[in-house]
Amino acid sequence: MKELMLGNEAIARGAYEAGVKHVISYPGTPSTEITEFATQYKEIFCQWSVNEKVSFETAFGASLMGDRAMTCLKHVGLNVAADSLFTAAYTGVNAGLVIVCADDPGMYSSQNEQDSRQIARAAHVPVLEPSDANEAKDMVLKAFEISEEYDTPVMLRITTRLAHQRSLVELYDRQEAPVKEYTKNPAKYVMMPGMARKRHVVVEDRERRLSEAVNTSSLNRMEIKDSDIGIIAAGAVYEYVKEVMPNASVLKLGISYPIPRDLIKEFASKVKKLYVIEELEPVIETEILAMGIEVTGKCLTGLQGELSPEKLSEIFKGEKQEVTASNLPMRPPVLCPGCPHRASFNAMKKLKLTVFGDIGCYTLGTLAPLSSMDASLCMGASIGMLLGAYLAKGSEFSKKAVAVIGDSTFLHSGIQPLVSAVSLNAAITVVILDNRITAMTGHQPNPSTGKDIYGNDIQEVDIEKVCSSIGARVNAVNPMEVDSFISLLKEELEYDGVSVIVAKYPCALLPGQRKPALSVENCRNCKLCLSIGCPAILPGENGVTVDSTLCNGCGLCAKICPFGSIKMEGK
Amino acid sequence: MKYDMILSGVGGQGTLLAAKILASLAVQSGLDVKLSEIHGMAQRGGSVITHVRMGKNVHAPVISLGSADFVLAFEWLEALRATPYLKEDGVLIASNQKIMPITVITGSGEYPSYDNNALLIDALELAKKAGNARCANTVMLGALSCYLPFSEEAWAKSFKECIKPQFLDVNTRAYELGRQYMKETQSL
Repeated sequence: MKELMLGNEAIARGAYEAGVKHVISYPGTPSTEITEFATQYKEIFCQWSVNEKVSFETAFGASLMGDRAMTCLKHVGLNVAADSLFTAAYTGVNAGLVIVCADDPGMYSSQNEQDSRQIARAAHVPVLEPSDANEAKDMVLKAFEISEEYDTPVMLRITTRLAHQRSLVELYDRQEAPVKEYTKNPAKYVMMPGMARKRHVVVEDRERRLSEAVNTSSLNRMEIKDSDIGIIAAGAVYEYVKEVMPNASVLKLGISYPIPRDLIKEFASKVKKLYVIEELEPVIETEILAMGIEVTGKCLTGLQGELSPEKLSEIFKGEKQEVTASNLPMRPPVLCPGCPHRASFNAMKKLKLTVFGDIGCYTLGTLAPLSSMDASLCMGASIGMLLGAYLAKGSEFSKKAVAVIGDSTFLHSGIQPLVSAVSLNAAITVVILDNRITAMTGHQPNPSTGKDIYGNDIQEVDIEKVCSSIGARVNAVNPMEVDSFISLLKEELEYDGVSVIVAKYPCALLPGQRKPALSVENCRNCKLCLSIGCPAILPGENGVTVDSTLCNGCGLCAKICPFGSIKMEGK
Repeated sequence: MKYDMILSGVGGQGTLLAAKILASLAVQSGLDVKLSEIHGMAQRGGSVITHVRMGKNVHAPVISLGSADFVLAFEWLEALRATPYLKEDGVLIASNQKIMPITVITGSGEYPSYDNNALLIDALELAKKAGNARCANTVMLGALSCYLPFSEEAWAKSFKECIKPQFLDVNTRAYELGRQYMKETQSL
């Protein structure tokens, strides 16, 4: 039976068919939907973990006890899990352990466009790269087979275009994987130097055996046609190659690490000119060059951004699509109407604060007209950056600076830097933008939400108590109460220690948050309300108007209007 | 049969549902189909573009510039943004709905005026007439249906497959209003 499936949905199906028992992940675009779709299968236990390192370790623990387990993350999440991954490559697994890692060429929703194959290579972990949804599903099973046969974690590397494409998928029944017996084996599973030295030898041997086996794997295949041009391709770009160069000879690599050296030699001998088409870094190309084989790749495609059929047409056929420069106004993403972060940033802007930011919807507070954020690196980085700024500039500076971090991001990796700050008795103010949900990735619950991935009630982690137990001074406030939020902020910025303000207000998109739209009367056109950057407030020659289809009725603009011209219903 | 279609709009306008319905039509007709969607950050009120490709054998899930048979645009500015995808004799069908981007609201850009040569539909008004302003996406599908060879039965089946039962009637009405409008104004 064939079914139309999103790439990520197909991977979840693949986990089901492969007899996987645990999918433990932390949300991150473009990998999020895999774990969400996996909840449809009662045979799989799914959990949103607190971060990618913990999710990897949880999956590893399940594998150790004999259950097939999978963790799904985005490329930058792999960095968080890397510490455990590098050593898990030494210990190996018991039952199969697969990491689905979604890279984001072109950065549709990311802060960098790293190529995770390089990390897998550094960790000596094999990499499988599917080209469409159907293959992604089938490769999950293959990944588990390789994981168990070679006793190693395996990475299934996808990209945004694979994760978020929808195509036809052939469905099969689930194959139950028998639980593997666990036997205590510290020489394999406890990585002290004496044991690890021996395991490193095992890792090298494993990689040698795999390097041989990939030459005959069904996942790597030659499609010999015209011998003038030979193209080596892996992942989503393979389909672009087939589209643009239907008559070229192609070596499709389903396993891109380790590369099949003999197969590549054979392919190279059959074609006159050899190319490698891969997105991001020259991972395959560098290895082929090291074999002493002449090959062209990155000098044509470049390192940046997503490849496309257009780009390949330009490279191979010299067909450049002329597009006249558009002078159309851009439509960048914005904080939604009714978003509580808008109120928080409005206050910070008013107090002219330096804002160290973090990863979440609130990163959008960087854009005009809120223009709030000064720096943002990665999950959990805001508090550490503020701490460093305090050390460099002293408390006079930190009285005019804050760190902002979301509820989910705080629990992900914001607790540790807060502990550091308390240990230094730093005079810093941290604002936790607690909107009760992991919003940016599409409303996943986190430990402070009090719900699990299935919507069941669970013990709620109390962020305020966590912070006060660390030793911070803690206040909770509703940021939509503009005046009291600003006065609390002023007060806490003067405090000579670590202060945490939990700005608590639910995400505007959560059920029950929408109230009747606001109305405008006798607008004097001072345009102050436009400074909060709400897409529902529209400028006009005779004053602003409120778009009632977009307005969420939060009332922030009414509180900001100095003339009382914007009215909430019934007020 | 082979169609490359771009669906463009603003996050939240229902391009994904419309694309799914088109894909389901392709599957019914025994065609291969691939869609490419935008999720995540780009959906927070940003420009959203969905590629729909159907044919005997589809490789890439994305359409190259200058090669789309149709651009179905749910918002006027996004219609203009997507037109470079159209092939020479491709057809642009656009909703006349205007959603101001933040760049226009803050005065750093100017919203473009209508092009009178475009096939413009007051999809929002027709959707309201059908009973729910959120059905503007299915009004647009009704308009597009005049240019596609799928039977009324096939459309109905795909609607049933993709739309929750409680919203099926209102969406079907919206579809019919879009189809009727296009037939009348374009004498199809």
